[in-house]
Amino acid sequence: MIKNTQQQYGLISKVIHWLVALVVFTMFGVGLWMVELDYYSTWYKDAPHYHKSVGILLTVVIIFRLVWRWFNVKPEPLKSHSRFERIAAHIAHIIIYVLLFAIFISGYLISTADGRGISVFNWFEVPSLGQFVENQEDLAGEIHELLAFGLIGLVAIHALAALKHHFFDKDSTLKRMF
Amino acid sequence: MKLTTFLLAILFSGGLLAADYKIDTKGAHASINFKIQHLGYSWLTGRFNDFSGSFSYDKAKPEDSKIQVKINTTSIDSNHAERDKHLRSGDFLNTDKFGEATFVSTKIKDKGNGKLEVVGDLTLHGVTKSITIDTTKVGEGDDPWGGYRVGFAGETEFRLKDFGIPEKLGKASQTVYLSLHVEGIRQ
Repeated sequence: MIKNTQQQYGLISKVIHWLVALVVFTMFGVGLWMVELDYYSTWYKDAPHYHKSVGILLTVVIIFRLVWRWFNVKPEPLKSHSRFERIAAHIAHIIIYVLLFAIFISGYLISTADGRGISVFNWFEVPSLGQFVENQEDLAGEIHELLAFGLIGLVAIHALAALKHHFFDKDSTLKRMF
Repeated sequence: MKLTTFLLAILFSGGLLAADYKIDTKGAHASINFKIQHLGYSWLTGRFNDFSGSFSYDKAKPEDSKIQVKINTTSIDSNHAERDKHLRSGDFLNTDKFGEATFVSTKIKDKGNGKLEVVGDLTLHGVTKSITIDTTKVGEGDDPWGGYRVGFAGETEFRLKDFGIPEKLGKASQTVYLSLHVEGIRQ
């Protein structure tokens, strides 16, 4: 099934979920690695270029994901989930989205601080909106890094919670995403 | 009472010996520019946008001159935000820790023909070293707005390593060249 049902996530939701998970973890690793590269590394120019290009495309995917979520039935929480679990999971999901967008925006603000746009795989360019605060690239860079760590931390809790449902509660929480 | 008289005497005598000038950063008639080789194939130039300073100068006794300059290192500007961010990081200037660079002259030698050798202590990246700035007086005189100005141009160079700045840019890019322009307004 392409679309979600009351009981199960649909194919589109599943594919986007796992694709985003893979890309976010890869982007986190690449981000940490690329800022330590030696000037003469062959990746010195390419790694940030790909990081930025993928970031822009990921933004589009997440916007689509929110639209898809809005126009679809949302699978209901399992009856076995406690009230605390439902509320905690819901809040965590909202914060994950908020963090994602904050990371997209702060990343964009690093590279566009001097009026340069961001070239996406030399395919199209996202224009700069200019500089909003002095030394914007420094402030945006610190926020970008801190929030990335925050996101990965929260996603780790999200994943551990899913595994807890799968292995300890032995319910279908995780299976619904496959 | 005696102390006040003493201090006034010093101030007054100082004023008689040489005029005090404030570097015209407000009107931006001064600049601190740098250049460094890129890969050995071209020059990368940039500047520090925020600095202030003053000097005393008397054309009859140029060797009695003094100059001091304070530079806000976070104001480095190479016309590329991502590069400036990198230059401010721990890989280069570490501006979080060393937000200010200073230059204070220690000795000025008159080489004649408006040429001066300005020796002084440069503090950069937390390291203080003596450097020599080859200076040429460009001109001096009344300005059209009732003031009096004198201006100089200076050149100097140093190795990044001398100031404990990691050399990460390759063999051709170990020395940075500074090109300085100051115009002072007599106070």
